[in-house]
Amino acid sequence: MSPETGAPANGTPVLAIRGLEVTFRTETGDVTPVTGVDLDVFAGRVSALVGESGSGKSVTSLAVMGLLPRPSGRISAGSVNYTGKSGATTDLAAVPPGQMRGYRGSEIAMIFQEPMTSLNPVLSIGEQIAEQVRLHMKLDGAAAWRRAEEMLGLVEIPDAKRRATDYPHQMSGGMRQRVMIALAMSCNPRLLIADEPTTALDVTIQAQILALIDKLRKEHGMGVLFITHNLGVVAEVADTVTVMYAGEMVESADVRTLFRNPRHPYTQALIDCLPARARKGSDGIRVVRSIPGSVATAFTATGCRFAPRCDYQDAACHAAPPPLATIGQDHASRCLKWEALA
Amino acid sequence: MDLSSTRLFFQRLFRRRLVLIAFIVLVVIVLLALLAPWIAPYSPTSMRVTNRLKPPSSLNWFGTDEFGRDILTRIIYGGRASLGIGMAVVFCAMLAGTTLGLLAGYFRKADPIIMRGVDAMMSLPDILLAIFLVAVLGATAGNVVLALAIVYTPRVVRVVRGSTLVVRELPFVEAARTLGVSTWRILTRHILLNVASPILVQATFIFAYAVLAEAGLSFLGAGVPPEIPTWGTMIAAGQQFADRAVWVVLFPGLAIVLSALSLQLLGDGLRDMLDPKLRKAL
Repeated sequence: MSPETGAPANGTPVLAIRGLEVTFRTETGDVTPVTGVDLDVFAGRVSALVGESGSGKSVTSLAVMGLLPRPSGRISAGSVNYTGKSGATTDLAAVPPGQMRGYRGSEIAMIFQEPMTSLNPVLSIGEQIAEQVRLHMKLDGAAAWRRAEEMLGLVEIPDAKRRATDYPHQMSGGMRQRVMIALAMSCNPRLLIADEPTTALDVTIQAQILALIDKLRKEHGMGVLFITHNLGVVAEVADTVTVMYAGEMVESADVRTLFRNPRHPYTQALIDCLPARARKGSDGIRVVRSIPGSVATAFTATGCRFAPRCDYQDAACHAAPPPLATIGQDHASRCLKWEALA
Repeated sequence: MDLSSTRLFFQRLFRRRLVLIAFIVLVVIVLLALLAPWIAPYSPTSMRVTNRLKPPSSLNWFGTDEFGRDILTRIIYGGRASLGIGMAVVFCAMLAGTTLGLLAGYFRKADPIIMRGVDAMMSLPDILLAIFLVAVLGATAGNVVLALAIVYTPRVVRVVRGSTLVVRELPFVEAARTLGVSTWRILTRHILLNVASPILVQATFIFAYAVLAEAGLSFLGAGVPPEIPTWGTMIAAGQQFADRAVWVVLFPGLAIVLSALSLQLLGDGLRDMLDPKLRKAL
C-alpha cells in the first residue's frame, strides 16, 4: 500500500479543505477546536489525518459531513470544496444544513471506530444496507436486497446471502466493521471518511480491514480521508499525511517525506515514539519514548501551541503563532525552526 | 414477515410454558366476551329476586348477585366492556404517549414544553383526574376511555422519552445520519424500533391499570352507565354484600386479575422476543 500503487494525484481533488476553522459557542465564550487546516483528498488515494486524542481530527471530519452539533458548533472560516459525481465543485461550508443530507451517504460516506455499536441492533444487516440503497439509489425492495447481498459479498463476508438476515450481535467486531464498510460503500460514494476504523479491532483483523479499504478505493477510485492516531497504520495506508496538534495543522507532506524528513518537532517526536524506534537505555533495556506533558486543552497561549512541550523552544516561539512554512512541493510545517530540524 | 418466519416466531414465543398458558387464557377470555350471547347460560339482566345471593351451584356456577342475576353470565358479558375499554385506553394512550415521548426525547426544544405538561398532569392523583374529566364530559363509555387515556398518556410519555434519550445518543443513530437518513426515518425506524420493548411492557401495565381504573370509576359512580355490566361495576355493586356472599366480588375480581396477569405475561414474552439479543437464548 505504498503511494505508487494509488492512482496518480492529478486533476481536481475530491475534497479540498482550505483554512478550516471550527468554532463552538459555550457558556464561557467561543472556543475553536480546529483552526488553519489545509487538506486535499484525491480520487483513488488515501489522505491520513493524524493526531492525539483531542487534536481536532474528528471535529474536522464532522465539519466536512455538516454534522457539527447544532446550534453551538459551526464552520467559522475557510472552505470545504467537494467535487462530486456530477463534476461540479461545491463549498460544503456554505451548503445550508437542510441540503447537506443530499451529500451524506450517496456522495460522502463515513465509517466509525465502534463497529460494535454503529449498527442498529434491532434490524438485520441486510435490511440496514437495503434501506440505505432504497433511500439513495431509488431501487425497489427486491433489487435493494440483492444489492445488499452483493455488497456483503464485496466486503468479503463469507456466505453473504445467508448472513444478510443476521443481526449485528451475531457477528464479530471485524465482521461488523465489514458490514459498516458495505453500508458506507453501498451507494458508491466518491469520498469515504474513515474515523479510526481499526482502533477497536485486534491486530490481525486490523490488517484485513485495511487491506479491504485499500482494495475498494482502488477498484472504485474513491478518495479516502483516513483519521487515526496510529502512525504505523499511516505508514501502511496513506499517500499523503496531515499532522494535527491541539486543533492546528502542524505539518503536511506525502507519506515518504513525512517519515524520512519530518520538519516539525511534534512529527519528529511522534515518529520517535513508535515502538520500532525504542532505544536501549543505560541499563540495556529498550525504552519506548514518549512526549513529556499533555495536549493543551485551552488554547490561550499566544505563541506556538506545541512550544511548552518542545525541545527546541525559545522566546520567539512563545511570542507569536508561527506561520505555515512551505518547505517543498506539498510539504509544509508550522515551525519557525524547520530549517534547523533537518 | 413470511409464513415460515411467522411460525418460527410463535414457536419461540411459546417455548416458555407460562407465555403459552397466558396466551390461551387471554384467547378464551376474549372469545367468551365476543361470543357472549351464544355462550352465556342466562340473560345478563334477567332478575329473579327469589334467587338472590345464592352461592355457586350446578345451576349458577359462580352464584347469583343481589338481584338474582347469574354472575357467570354477567362476567362473560362484562368482559366486553372491560376489555374493550382497556384496549381502547391502551391504544389511545400508546398513540399519544409514543408520539409525544419521541418528540420530547429527540428534540431538545420540544422537551421542556411537553415534559412540564406531563409533570403537571402527573402531579394530580390518577383517579381524581379521571373523575373530574368524566364529570365534565359526561358518563359514557367513550368518555371513560378518553379520560383514562388522558390520565395514562403521561406515563407512556415518560417511558418513551427516557428510552429515546438513551437511544438518540447511540453511535448507530449518528452513523445513520452520516449516511443521509432523514430525521423522520431515524425517529420512526431506528429509534422507535429500539424503544419498542419498554413501550410494549408499558402497554400491558396500562391495560391492567385501565381495567382496574374503570372498575374504580364505576365503583364511584363516575364510570360507564350501570346498565352495562362491567367487572368493575359488578365489584362496586357487590362490595356491600361481600361479607355474606363473597362470590359476588370474588369472581369478577378473579376475571380482572386473570386477564391483567396473562396480558402482562404475554407482554413479557413479546418483549424478550423483540430483543434480538435475548431471542437466541430462548
